[in-house]
Amino acid sequence: MSPIAFPPKTISEQGRAERPGLAGWLLAPALGWMGVFFLLPLALVFAISFASRGTYGGVEWTVSVANYLNVIDPLYLKIVLRSLALALATTVWCLVLGFPLAYYIARLPARWQGVWLLLVMIPFWTNFLVRTYAWMFMLRTEGLLNTALIGLGLIASPMEILYSTTAVLIGLVYGYLPFMVLPLYAAIERLAPSLVEAAWDLYASPWAVFRRVILPLTKPGIVAGCLLVFIPSLGAFITPDLLGGAKTMMVGNLIQHEFLVVRDWPFGSAIAFVLMGLVLIGVMAYVKAEESDRGQKEER
Amino acid sequence: MIKRYPWLLAASLGNLLFLYAPIAVLILFSFNASRLSARWQGGTLQWYRLLAEDEALLAAVQNSLLVGLVSTVIATVLGVCAALALERFPFRGQRAIEGAILLPLVIPEVMMGVALMLFFVSIKLPLSLVTVTIGHAAFNLPIVVVIVRGRLRKLDPGLEEAARDLGASAWQAFHRVTVPLLMPAILGATLLAFTISLDDFIVTFFTAGPGATTLPLKVYSMVKSTVTPEINALSAILVLVSMGLIGLSLALQRKPV
Repeated sequence: MSPIAFPPKTISEQGRAERPGLAGWLLAPALGWMGVFFLLPLALVFAISFASRGTYGGVEWTVSVANYLNVIDPLYLKIVLRSLALALATTVWCLVLGFPLAYYIARLPARWQGVWLLLVMIPFWTNFLVRTYAWMFMLRTEGLLNTALIGLGLIASPMEILYSTTAVLIGLVYGYLPFMVLPLYAAIERLAPSLVEAAWDLYASPWAVFRRVILPLTKPGIVAGCLLVFIPSLGAFITPDLLGGAKTMMVGNLIQHEFLVVRDWPFGSAIAFVLMGLVLIGVMAYVKAEESDRGQKEER
Repeated sequence: MIKRYPWLLAASLGNLLFLYAPIAVLILFSFNASRLSARWQGGTLQWYRLLAEDEALLAAVQNSLLVGLVSTVIATVLGVCAALALERFPFRGQRAIEGAILLPLVIPEVMMGVALMLFFVSIKLPLSLVTVTIGHAAFNLPIVVVIVRGRLRKLDPGLEEAARDLGASAWQAFHRVTVPLLMPAILGATLLAFTISLDDFIVTFFTAGPGATTLPLKVYSMVKSTVTPEINALSAILVLVSMGLIGLSLALQRKPV
């Protein structure tokens, strides 16, 4: 950016002085739209989460926390815990797979970095349903993986991978791997190679180099990547719906089930708010990590 | 470092294989003559021909395009205005307003879907393409705001001020200097919003009523029932369309300021 001779606020100050109401007119339509079609519906879900289910599936306006207590019922708690476990496993796998890739990209000559980053992003631009279907096609009993393995004589009868927790995990890792690679790359790219070389020169073992130099210095990227993978994995719906079965239901599927099948809107609303609470905790952790990272950079 | 660790390259290539193999296989088998088997039995274009004859599918494509166009126009117009207001006219309490507009970016999509469904049912607005369009505009608006605002922030305020110093009115300076500079971001955001609308499944799933089938809903119901080469063919087309649109969107946003 070119040097600025005076504070960049000047235009806005000018604008405000000349057209005092303009900002309001510009902002009002967007605010109105989001207010009516987003905040209001959200408030409605919140209100309904304290109501109870009417006899014929409608809503009876009461004020009770029974729906939230119901979430702790072992039947539903199991689904919440399974979602947390799957999201955590997805995060760990993405980190393990993504770190070497991000490291490799960050140490390439500059012009190749762009190409590799693009290669990582391209599959991500494909429709999520299509990407999930691709794995159905690969994993189903008469799918490509089983056909190939039997053809090679490695297994005698097809494996039942589709509609299992493994299939859901594969689908989630596949879907969110780019979210891990990009922030990791950004962090590793900032890490001076001379620091790693210095550790080598001082006879550090590979593990020591990784644990005591690379890991601490790329921590902000690791935290950011983990949260960017964890948050959408937790609220996943399509992946467990298509690749999983009844035994791998996640919170997203439970919400859909309560709303569209059981038609218990109050309970569905309560679960949706529990999910949103869990996700917002993650988002806040992310914002905090970003801020502390920025603080560190300023100190340096 | 890389020379010392050839396994880094191997791991990276392994990652790429993991990312690309499923899509490549999917596209390859859209040309497979066999309907049921995952064995290659010769090439054919018949699945693409079947798609072209599927009228329900073509209607779904039409619905998707209509929803995409209308919701993108709404999101872009409102989003660009909001971005201008937020960046150029700072005011007290701005962070709260910003938060309200940007919140959909971080909450789970399922939440947005059920909230809109409950709302529409409560105000007795029948679920249809109209409700789908409203929902799409709502999740695309914050995306437009973020992209356009990012570009506005990078613009040199000196340019508009120079125009003012040369006698342009505030409107002229905005219209002749700022808008042209902002155009790449606006077009990029528009294309991205359109693509996201075309691809959206979850919000559509909750807000679409009977008869309001969009392309992703159609794909979902096809995938749910069986695995057929037609879905592969459809997927292959969708892969190319999304990539083309997003690539274009990125190329537009990349134009130097």
